[in-house]
Amino acid sequence: MMLGLAAIVTQLMHLALVLAMAPVLVGLVRLVKARLMGRRGPALLQPWRDLAKLLRKRPVLADGATEISRAAPYVACAATLFAAVLVPGFAQGMLLAPLADLLLLAGLLALARVALALAGMDVGTAFGGMGAARELSFSAFAEPVLLLCILVLAMIAGTTNLDAMIVAFREGGVGLRVSLALIAVALLAVGLVENARMPADNPATHLELTMVHEAMILEASGRHLALWELQAALKLLVWMALLSAVFMPWGMAPAGAGPLAWLLGLVAWLGKITALAVALAVFESAIAKMRVFRIPEFLGVALLLAALAVALLFVSTGLA
Amino acid sequence: MLTTLCLLLAALLLLVLPAALGLVRLLRLGGALVMAGLAVLAVLALLAPSAAVMALPLGPPWAAALVALDPLSAWFLLLLGLTGAFAALLINPGPRHDMVCFPLFLFGMALCITAADGFSLLLGFEAMSLASWAILHERRAARLYLIFAIFGGGCLMAAMGLLAAGAGSLGFAALRAAPPEGFAALAVLLLVTLGAGAKAGLAPLHLWLPLAHPAAPAHVSALMSAVMVKVALYVILRMVFDLCGPAQASFWGMPLLLMGAASALLGALRANLENDTKAILACSTIENVGMIAAGLGLALMFRGADMAVPAALALAGALLHVMNHGLFKCLLFLGVGVVLEQAGQRRLDALGGLLHNMPVLGWAMLVGALSAAAVPPLSGFASEWLLLHALLGAWRTGDALFQFAALVALAMVAMAVALGAAAMLRLWGLVFLGRPRSPRVAGAEDISGLGCVALLLPAALSLLLGAFPALALGLMQPVLAQWLGPAVAMPGGVLGLSAGDAGARYMVLPAILLLGVLALVLWRGAQWRGGGGATRAPAWDCGFIAPPVHLPFGNAATQPSGEGFAQPISRMLAGPLMAARENVVVPPPGSMASAEYIASSADPTWRALTTLRAARHAMSNRVDRFRALSVRHALGLLFATLVLLLAVLAGLERP
Repeated sequence: MMLGLAAIVTQLMHLALVLAMAPVLVGLVRLVKARLMGRRGPALLQPWRDLAKLLRKRPVLADGATEISRAAPYVACAATLFAAVLVPGFAQGMLLAPLADLLLLAGLLALARVALALAGMDVGTAFGGMGAARELSFSAFAEPVLLLCILVLAMIAGTTNLDAMIVAFREGGVGLRVSLALIAVALLAVGLVENARMPADNPATHLELTMVHEAMILEASGRHLALWELQAALKLLVWMALLSAVFMPWGMAPAGAGPLAWLLGLVAWLGKITALAVALAVFESAIAKMRVFRIPEFLGVALLLAALAVALLFVSTGLA
Repeated sequence: MLTTLCLLLAALLLLVLPAALGLVRLLRLGGALVMAGLAVLAVLALLAPSAAVMALPLGPPWAAALVALDPLSAWFLLLLGLTGAFAALLINPGPRHDMVCFPLFLFGMALCITAADGFSLLLGFEAMSLASWAILHERRAARLYLIFAIFGGGCLMAAMGLLAAGAGSLGFAALRAAPPEGFAALAVLLLVTLGAGAKAGLAPLHLWLPLAHPAAPAHVSALMSAVMVKVALYVILRMVFDLCGPAQASFWGMPLLLMGAASALLGALRANLENDTKAILACSTIENVGMIAAGLGLALMFRGADMAVPAALALAGALLHVMNHGLFKCLLFLGVGVVLEQAGQRRLDALGGLLHNMPVLGWAMLVGALSAAAVPPLSGFASEWLLLHALLGAWRTGDALFQFAALVALAMVAMAVALGAAAMLRLWGLVFLGRPRSPRVAGAEDISGLGCVALLLPAALSLLLGAFPALALGLMQPVLAQWLGPAVAMPGGVLGLSAGDAGARYMVLPAILLLGVLALVLWRGAQWRGGGGATRAPAWDCGFIAPPVHLPFGNAATQPSGEGFAQPISRMLAGPLMAARENVVVPPPGSMASAEYIASSADPTWRALTTLRAARHAMSNRVDRFRALSVRHALGLLFATLVLLLAVLAGLERP
C-alpha cells in the first residue's frame, strides 16, 4: 500500500519536475555557452519566458497546411513527455516503471520524430522537406547504434526494463566494464545527433541551408512553436536523464523510500543533469559543426564502438 | 468444416464464369463473400484446432488429393481471406483474361495453404505463380517473373521429391513420419530456402519483385504483396519446420536469418530510392518479408538449441508480422491504386497535396504508412517489438557463430526499421502533403461506397491489432503449440506483450491511454495563456514570394521532389551498395535552359547478373573463334585431343 502510494507520488513529482526542468536545462546550456564565449548570456529562465510569450500569440498556419500541422506538435510533445516520464530521475520504482522498456522508449522517440518530419513536409516548402529528409536519414544511422547499445545493456543487466536495469546496475555489482564505457561514448554520439546538437546541427543557426531540426519547424508559430520548443527541450532532458540513470545511477532513491531519500535523490539528479549540461556546453563551444554528409562517419564510429562493445561482451561471457 | 472449405474452394473456381462473362459486380461481391467465408472458417479452425485430413475424390492418378486445416494453414488462410475480400471489392473492369485469372490466383493460394499432400501444395503454388504471371501488364517484368517462378517451382519440386523418396508417399502424415536425414535434409533445406525464397523475394532472389508487383492492377498487386509472398513463407514453414521434423540442428536457421536481414536492409534502402509509388511499396514488401524470414530463422535456431520460450517469441513475432504486414500493405496498395485511378499518376513527383481532396483515403493510408513505419502504438510496432526482442535474446543460444550472426542481423534490421520508416514517410508525405504537382491531381475525388469499405476496414483492423496485439496472439496460440509443444508460453496478455523470461513488457493499452492523456493535458495547457484560434497566411517559406497567377499551386519545382527527398540517404548509404550516382547538368552561362539533376542507382543483384551475362558473352566469343580455324588447325586440335585422352587413359590403366 505504502509502496503504491510512494510510486504514485514519485511519478507525479517526476512529471512536474521534468516539465519544469526541461526549459531551464536549455537555458542553462545557453547560459554556459554564452559565458564561455565571453558574453553575459540570457537568464536561466529565458526559455520559460519565451514559451509564455509564444503561448500568448495566436498560431499562423500556412495556406496549404492540413490538420497535420495542428496535430503534430501535440503528438510529438506527448510522445516525448511520455518518454521523459518513463526515465527514472530522482527515484526508482515509480508508477510507470513496468512500462519503461527501452524499445518502447526508442519507439516513442521515433513517434516524435515521425510527427516532426510530417509537420516539416506538410506545407510543401523546400526547407521543411529538406530538414525532414536529413532527420530521417540520420535516424537510419542512429537506430542501429541505439539497438546495439540496448543489446549490451540487456546482456549485462539481463533485462530491457530501465528500472530493473538500474536496480541490477546498483545492486548487482556490475562494476566497471569496458563495454559500458564504449557504449557510453556511442550513446553520447547518438544523443548529440538525435538532439540536433553541435557536430550534427547548430541549434542557434539562422542559415536555413545548414538546418536540420529548425528547418522542419520554420512554418510553426504561436503555441505550436511553443510546443516544438518544449518538445526539443524535453528530448534533451530525456537523453541526459537516460545517460545519467544508466551510467551514473548513484544517489537515486530506491523504490518505496521516504521523502528524505527523495530529497537526496533530487539533489543528486540535479547535480548530474547540471554536470551533463555544462559538459555539453563546453563540448559544443569547443567543436565546429560538421558537414551534413560527414554525419555517417560520426555515427559510423559510434556503430563500430557499439559493435565492439557487444563483441567484447560475447567473448567475455563465452570465457566465463 | 473441411467440407465447407472444399465447397468454398469450388466456389472460387466457379467465379471464373462471371469473370469470363464480364460480370464485374458479381465477381466483386462473390469474391468478397467467398474470401470472407474463408476468413471465418480460418478463425473457427484456430479456435477449435483439429488435425483432420480430408481426401478429395480427385487428384493425380496415384493418390487422392488431401486437404486439411491445421492451425498454421488456418493462420495464413485468415490473412488470405481478409485481404482477398478487401482486394476483391476493388476489382476494376479490365481485359477478360485478367478477370479470369484473378479467381484462379486466389484459388491457387488457397489450395497451396490448405493442401495436405505434396502434389496439391505444388499444384496450388504453381497455379498461383502462373495465374499472377498472366495478369502482369509489362512484358519485361512478366518474363523476369516467369524465370524466377520456374526456378522457384523447380527447386520446390526437387525438394518435395527428396522428401518423398524416404517416405514413399506425398501425404504430409507420411512425410512427417520419415523425416530426411544427413545430406538429403541439408539439400531439402537449401532447395526450399532457394525455391520459396525466390517466390518470397528474399535477397538475392528479389529482383523480380519491384518490377512485377507494380506491373499488375492494384487489387492484384495488393494480393501479390500482402499474401503471395507470405504463401512462399508458408511453404518454408511447412516444409522446413513441419515436414523435416523437429530434430534439426540450430544452424538451420542461419540461411533464413542472414538472407532475411539482408533483404530487410536492401528492401528498405531501395524503397527510399524508388520514385514510383507502387515500386516503393514493393520494395517495402522485400523489407518486411526479410524481417519475417529473420524471425523464422531465429525460431529455428532457438528450437534447435531447445529454447522453447525465445523460439515462441520469434515465431510469434514473425507470424504477427505476417498478419500486420498483410493488412497494411493491402491497404497501401489499394490506396495507391485509387490514387492512380483518380489522379492518373503513380510517380511521386507528379502527385502531392492529395489530403485536401481525398481526406478519407489520406487518413486511412496514414494509418497504413505509420503501421509500416513501426511507430507505436500502431500494429507494425507490436510485431517488430517482438522480433527485435527475439534478436536481442539471440546471444543466449551460447554459440559464438550464432551470436555474431545475430549481432550483424540486429544492426541490419535496426537500420532497416529506420529506413523503412523514412520510406513510408516519404511516400505518404510527398503524395498527400504539400501542394499538387500537376493540375489533374487537384481534381482527384475521395473514395466512397465499396472503396470506403475496402480501405477503412483494413485500416481499422490495423488499429485494432496495434491496440490489442494479444488478440492476434491468442488466435495464434495453437500454431505455436503445434510447433513448440502445448506448454509453450504465449508472449502476451490482456495489457500487451511480454518478451519471454527476460521480463520485458510492452503494455499497449496503458501506453495508448497515457499518450492520450498527456496529449490532452498538453492541449489544455497550451490554451493556458489564451493564444486564440489559428489564422491563415501564405506560407513563409523563408521569405519566398507568393506564386504567380498562372501557377495556382505554386511552382512544383520548389517543393521537395522524390529524388530530392531521397538524396541524403542515397548519398550516405547507397553509394557502394546500390551504385547510386548523382549527376547535375548545368547549362552554359547565358543559356535559359533549366539545370537537371539526375539520380540513378542499380540493384546489386542486377549488377551481378549483368556481370555474369558479360562473362557469358566473352566466353562464347572466345569459343566462337574455334569455328574460324583452318582445316590444318582443326585436324591438329583433333589429334592433340586424341593424344591427350589416350595419355589420360594410359595413366588411369596403370596399376
